[in-house]
Amino acid sequence: MHAMHPLRITVNGQEHRADIDPRRSLLDFARDSLNLTGPKKGCDHGQCGACTMIVNGRRINSCLSLAVSHEGDEVTTIEGLAEGSDLSALQRAFVEHDAFQCGFCTPGQICSATALLDELKEGLPSVVSSPDKLAEMDEEIRERMSGNLCRCGAYNNIVAAISSVAGDKS
Amino acid sequence: MKPFDYSRLDSPDALSPLGAGKFLAGGTNLIDLMKHEIETPDALVDVTRAGMKEISQQPDGSIRIGSQITNTDLAANSDVRQNYPVLSEALLWGATQQLRNKATTGGNFLQRTRCQYFYDTARACNKRDPGSGCDAMKGLNRFHAILGASSSCIAVHPSDMAVAMAALDAEVLTRKVDGVERRIPASELHRLPGDAPERDHVLENGELIMAVDLPASPPRLQSYRKIRDRSSYAFAVVSAAVALDLDDGRMSNVRIALGGVAHKPWRASRAETALEGQMPSREMFLKAMKEEMSEAQGHGHNDFKIDLLPRVVAGVLRDLTAPERNGDRT
Ligand SMILES: Cc1cc2nc3c(=O)[nH]c(=O)nc-3n(C[C@H](O)[C@H](O)[C@H](O)COP(=O)(O)OP(=O)(O)OC[C@H]3O[C@@H](n4cnc5c(N)ncnc54)[C@H](O)[C@@H]3O)c2cc1C
Ligand code: SF4
Ligand code: FES
Ligand code: FES
Repeated sequence: MHAMHPLRITVNGQEHRADIDPRRSLLDFARDSLNLTGPKKGCDHGQCGACTMIVNGRRINSCLSLAVSHEGDEVTTIEGLAEGSDLSALQRAFVEHDAFQCGFCTPGQICSATALLDELKEGLPSVVSSPDKLAEMDEEIRERMSGNLCRCGAYNNIVAAISSVAGDKS
Repeated sequence: MKPFDYSRLDSPDALSPLGAGKFLAGGTNLIDLMKHEIETPDALVDVTRAGMKEISQQPDGSIRIGSQITNTDLAANSDVRQNYPVLSEALLWGATQQLRNKATTGGNFLQRTRCQYFYDTARACNKRDPGSGCDAMKGLNRFHAILGASSSCIAVHPSDMAVAMAALDAEVLTRKVDGVERRIPASELHRLPGDAPERDHVLENGELIMAVDLPASPPRLQSYRKIRDRSSYAFAVVSAAVALDLDDGRMSNVRIALGGVAHKPWRASRAETALEGQMPSREMFLKAMKEEMSEAQGHGHNDFKIDLLPRVVAGVLRDLTAPERNGDRT
C-alpha cells in the first residue's frame, strides 16, 4: 500500500488542506477535489494547454504536474481571475472579440494570456523577439500562445482579443 | 499510473542509497511517461526544492547553472543572452511557454526520445522493452537517426537545449549516491544505442545532475537553427547549433552540434576540422558537411535528412560569417 500525502495549497486565494494520492495531477485535484471545473482536460499529456493554470505567477500545464509537488504554492485558475462579477480585462476582451466558439479551450487560453501579459512586462524573450526588442505584437502573441490549441480555430479572434489588452499596456 | 512512494529531497547532501528513487524535476516528461506506464518507478524523489536554483559566475569566468533553473529563466538570463545566445535561442525554439516554465536544465538533458513506437506500448521497442525488436526500423522513421544508430535502435534525442550545450562545450556536474562528484562533457552525457538502447545516457542509478558549467570566452558568433513541421511548438526534424570566431576573415574555434540526427547531440567534429582556418564560402561549408555525412545512413522516410543537413548548416554558417553581420557585432 502506498501512502497518502498531506498537501497544503492556496487556490484562488483560498488555502486548502488535503490528504491525497501522490499520483493525482494538479488538474484532477482542482476539478475533482475542489470542484473547479474551469480548467479542462483536453489531452492530459501537455499538448493542448486546456488545463493551463498560473502557479506562483507562471503558467503551466496542470495535467503534467503532481498536486503533491505543489506544497505551499499559490495557484490561480480561470475561476480566480474576475473580482466578484467584474471580469478581468482579458475576459472582457474575449467576450468583445468573440474569441471562442465551443469555449472548451477558453479557460486555458485566458489563463495563458493573463500570464503572457506579465511575461511581456517582465521582458521575457520569445523566439520571434530580436535581442533588444519585441517583434510585431500579433506575431509575439501567436508564438507565445502556441501552447494553447483551439479545435474550433478561433485563433484570429483570440489574437485580436489579447492584442487589444496587450496594446493598452505598452 | 502505477502507485509510487513520494518524497522530497531537501538538499543534494541528503542523497542516500536508502532514499533512492527516480528524480522528479519539472515532470513534463516523466509524468507523461508514467501516465503511459512506460516509466513505472516505485519511488519518486522530488528535487525541485533541493536548491540548485542559481546561475552564478565562477572565479574563472565560467557560468554555473543550477540543475533546477527552469528553461524559461535560463533563456531569459542576461549573461546567457549576451554571451551564449545559441543556448537562449535553442531553449526558446523548444516546446511552449507553459512547458518551459516547468522544464528544468537537468530534466531537459534527460528527457527521453519521442519515437512513436517507444510511446506505443503495443509495439516492439528495444528501448522500452529490451530484446523485443524495433518497429521503427521498417516503420514510420521520418524523425529517426541517420548517424551513429545501431541495428537495435534508430531513435534520436529530442532536446534542443542539449544541442546548444554540446556546441558550447558545456560540462555537466553530477553527484552519485556515495557522494562522489564528477564532470561530464555535455556531448558525452548521452550514449549511442549500440546493443543497449534502453540506456540513454552514462549516468548511474541515483546520480543527480547538480549543475552545468558554461566555459568562459565562448566563440563570439553563435546561432541555432531548427527545421520543424509547424512554425511553433514542434520537435526538430533536424537542428544545428553553431559557434565560431572570425580571425582576419578566417574561421576559427568552429563548433557545430546537430540535433534530430542521432541518439545524442552530434558534434560534427569532421566538419569542424575541415572548416578551421578556412575562408568562409558556400563550397567550403558544403564540402565540410559532406565529409561529416560520409557515414550517414537513412532508413527510408528519413533519407532526406542526409541532403537537408549540409544545407541547413551552410545556411547558418553563411548568415554568421556574412560581412554585414560580423561588422554589426564588433
Ligand atoms: C508537448 C511537448 C512538446 C515538447 N517540445 C519540445 C521541443 O520542441 N524541444 C525540446 O527540447 N523539448 C521539448 N519538450 C520536452 C521538454 O523540454 C522536456 O519534457 C523537459 O525539458 C524535461 O524537463 P523536466 O524538468 O520537466 O524533467 P522531468 O520530466 O522531471 O524529468 C525527465 C527525466 O530526467 C530525470 N531528471 C530530472 N532532473 C534530474 C536531475 N537533476 N538529475 C538527474 N536526473 C534528473 C528524471 O528522473 C526523468 O528521467 C516537449 C514536451 C512536451 C510535453
Ligand atoms: S527506434 Fe529505438 S525507441 Fe524507436 S522503436 Fe526502435 S528501439 Fe524503440
Ligand atoms: S490537458 Fe493539459 S495540456 Fe492538454
Ligand atoms: S473555442 Fe472550441 S476549442 Fe477553442
